[in-house]
Amino acid sequence: MNLDATGAGALIVVLVMALVTLATRWGGVFVMAFVPISDRVRQFITAMSGSVLVAIVAPMALQGDAGARLALLATAVTMLVLKKPLPAIAAGILAAALVRQF
Amino acid sequence: MTDAESELHHFDRRMVWAGFRQLAPISIFVTLFGAAFGLAAVQTGLDDSVILAMSALVFAGASQFAALELWGTQVPLFTLMITVFAINARHLLMGATLYPWLRQLPPGRRYGVMLIASDANWAMAMQAFNRNRPGFGLLLGGGLALWSFWVAGSWLGIHFGSAVSNPKRLGLDMVMGCFLLAMVVGGEKNLRMLVIWSVAAGASLLAFRYLPENSHVVVGALAGGATGLLWKEKARES
Repeated sequence: MNLDATGAGALIVVLVMALVTLATRWGGVFVMAFVPISDRVRQFITAMSGSVLVAIVAPMALQGDAGARLALLATAVTMLVLKKPLPAIAAGILAAALVRQF
Repeated sequence: MTDAESELHHFDRRMVWAGFRQLAPISIFVTLFGAAFGLAAVQTGLDDSVILAMSALVFAGASQFAALELWGTQVPLFTLMITVFAINARHLLMGATLYPWLRQLPPGRRYGVMLIASDANWAMAMQAFNRNRPGFGLLLGGGLALWSFWVAGSWLGIHFGSAVSNPKRLGLDMVMGCFLLAMVVGGEKNLRMLVIWSVAAGASLLAFRYLPENSHVVVGALAGGATGLLWKEKARES
């Protein structure tokens, strides 16, 4: 189904996107209401919470250019040394920006 | 659940403000990223009001950029819905991982704080809960910071976008990646977590390579979660 992306049509597209996104923000909470929080469930979701992050970042490292890879490396190293997120992120962005100037 | 733990879901105005301030520095990068979106959207041909409405109501950068790819004089609605859902499916996992604390809130607040859940504020909130500290101030206050800077950035991009015409050259596409990686590295580190992360990374990469687009986050996260089930953490002293 196609929708005209002019005038009100564009706003309808935006509303549809907003509803789908809202469903993802609320869906996980809603479903969990039917799952008893046992010790096993707790183990699963704790392990899953770190894994979400890893699963987002891993393809960036694999698919990314030298800038992306160096950015992630700089962030990881800075974080290990300083244990503060902001300098770590700044180091990462700086690394990517420097590599990509050439 | 211990008594101390059962108080972790409380939050008040002061904690929300503290969360706002804690996420404000990273939100400056989000502004630039938002500006890049605003500019790209203008170049795609979207009206200013549509761009701002999208940033304010959808508030999910990656899916908004993906929508631009599908935008034309006509928009394939079903394809767009699938794409947006797949990219934002990670929110499902975020809601689920916060549920042990969310369930202690009344429904209005429970779903209210999730309205602006996104990668950065969720990661901060989760880290706080895992350290036995309250996290909803970070989720809500941090979310408000990210949201307002994202919308403001989009507005800047519409009007002054040429200043960030090439966000990649400035490394801005790496903001979220670096932030999330910093959260991983700053979290609990032991052999068990290392194995869980390796499984998650491996599964994510395999899914990225062989499964439909955008499935890798969900696949990797579920694989990591399953690993956590197989290799159980020893019961925490309470």
